[in-house]
Amino acid sequence: MDNLQILVAAPVFSVQLLIDGILVGAVFALAAYGMALVWGVMNIINIAQGEFVILGGYVTWAVAQAGFHPFLGVPVSFIALFAVGWILYRAVVARVVDRDLFISILATFGISILMQQVMNQVFTADVQTAQSGLGTLFLFEGQVTVAQIKIVAFVFALALGGALVVFMRRSRLGKAIRATAQNARAARILGVDTGRVYAITYSLNAAICGAAGALVVMIWVIQPFIGLAYTVRSFMIVVVAGLGNLAGVVAAGLGLGAAENFAGFILGAEFQTAFIFSLLVVILLGRNLRLRRQRRVLR
Amino acid sequence: MSRTAALYGAVGVAALLAPLVFPAFQTQLAFLWVMVLFALTWDVMGGQMGYNSFGNVFYLGLGMYVTAVVQRDLYFDVEEYAHVAGAVGTLSAGEYLTGLALGLALAGVAAVLAAAVLGSGILGLRGHYFAICTLGLGIAAGEIAGGIDYIGAGSGLVTPVFPDALGRRGMFFYYLFFALAVATFFTLRWLYAGRFGLAINAIRDDEDKAEAMGIHTTRYKTVAWCVSAFFLGIAGGGVGNLVGFIDPTDVAFAGATFGVWMVLMAILGGKGTLWGPVIGAVIFHVTQELFWTYLFGWQRVALGALIIVIVVFFPQGILGWVRQRWPERFGHRVDEEARAPGGGA
Repeated sequence: MDNLQILVAAPVFSVQLLIDGILVGAVFALAAYGMALVWGVMNIINIAQGEFVILGGYVTWAVAQAGFHPFLGVPVSFIALFAVGWILYRAVVARVVDRDLFISILATFGISILMQQVMNQVFTADVQTAQSGLGTLFLFEGQVTVAQIKIVAFVFALALGGALVVFMRRSRLGKAIRATAQNARAARILGVDTGRVYAITYSLNAAICGAAGALVVMIWVIQPFIGLAYTVRSFMIVVVAGLGNLAGVVAAGLGLGAAENFAGFILGAEFQTAFIFSLLVVILLGRNLRLRRQRRVLR
Repeated sequence: MSRTAALYGAVGVAALLAPLVFPAFQTQLAFLWVMVLFALTWDVMGGQMGYNSFGNVFYLGLGMYVTAVVQRDLYFDVEEYAHVAGAVGTLSAGEYLTGLALGLALAGVAAVLAAAVLGSGILGLRGHYFAICTLGLGIAAGEIAGGIDYIGAGSGLVTPVFPDALGRRGMFFYYLFFALAVATFFTLRWLYAGRFGLAINAIRDDEDKAEAMGIHTTRYKTVAWCVSAFFLGIAGGGVGNLVGFIDPTDVAFAGATFGVWMVLMAILGGKGTLWGPVIGAVIFHVTQELFWTYLFGWQRVALGALIIVIVVFFPQGILGWVRQRWPERFGHRVDEEARAPGGGA
């Protein structure tokens, strides 16, 4: 708690934490957008979300290891994870998509464990990162430092998000996806191949996460077992923002990034992960308590 | 009825003799009963009440830490103990038993209190919100425990050395867990047979209707979680001593191993049945002990694959399948004309 006094004494530190948090928050928002997509269209909560992010990071790391610039990893991860998502959909998710929620949640939980352990076997449990080679920006007479790669990642994330929104609004396929989300049965009657829409939605989500992971490996580090934190972050953002509320997802993502940074600084780095998972419990309970006043529950 | 009695008798005798027949496998056999306990306690919530918890390891870890802390603080100086990792002289048999008994009792109490407090909030959540909230609870607990110096922080906590006067450690814990598992089994059998069982089954089938029928759903849900937590907390205290070393994320709040196994075993055997979790736990543990050493580090990959396969292709479990196949054996009257898949209660 001593660090709280530092914040009071030197407010410029808060600026540092705020900027760092917001820049990283855009990446969280990206993964959350994918989760909201799958949740809204297929009524599945994808626990393997974080593992897609981490796998995307490893793809980019491999691209960087092969001697290319890690920026190239963003499209490569996007495409590679699209393929992974497609395979997983065909093999597993297609069989649970219309079953009860717990079956699908447990199936994606199984996918999550499977992917964690395969990544552990293939890439070992070591922490990895990919150097982008960009410099650092100094603000406020050098008191605030911002790694340029974070700004690039922020712009990348927002651009990808914007592209997705345009895709959803304008393209035929995007319209089919939205129609399926509104009413799958009606969409089927009107000639939408909902099976294909589901496959594309799930793969698209994996691809979005892959791109997010590519950004994560450049701004932070990755490790096979930290994926669940990304799942939980996405879930929290979606719960706070609500399904289909894009502006809310972005705002909640940026807010979460900032909150996490402040918590990590004030409580100490060893409690940062604990903070994320505790916040999940608190958010869910808080929402439920507010609904209970109207005699409703989260469902 | 006599057939049931014969079955219980046979299982009981086999279980009592097992550690004597296979003295080399006493620890593994003790873990067999731990697995049975895991699956049984998970099934109270997941199977009978339809509240699928991913965070039951929370009570396991809580029980583990409470027991170990009681054992430590009763006879040792905390600072000195942490310094030499538990090797500050051995306890006499009497001291050890007193510490263990007191620790286990407090572990049960602490787990029930925690379940009552947490349950009043968390059990208000439904379905997948509950599942994910409990998932967060288990992981958060592990992370927080890893930051508290009093309980050893990230470097873990060692339980007191088992005194030689009490005979073999594996044997002692085998009978401890056997007794606890039997107590749990019969307590649950008694609970499921009465009003409580009907109420929680009604909550599983349709919570809103159950509430409309005048069942105090929140009260029943909280009690069910307390029952589950009580036995799991005590089991946790024992597991901590059997393992001998409590790591916050790998032993105490081990979501990736114990936490997943609980769910998997109960589903494999057939969730929502009394014997299902027992059968699932035995099959899972035996296959794990027999074959998994040959997988060379790929066991956890296999675990993930196993979850997917069971959930996707065999969600009703072994007993669930048997019940669908021969419903009359379970005392369900079957209307031949209306016979539909998924019959049975």
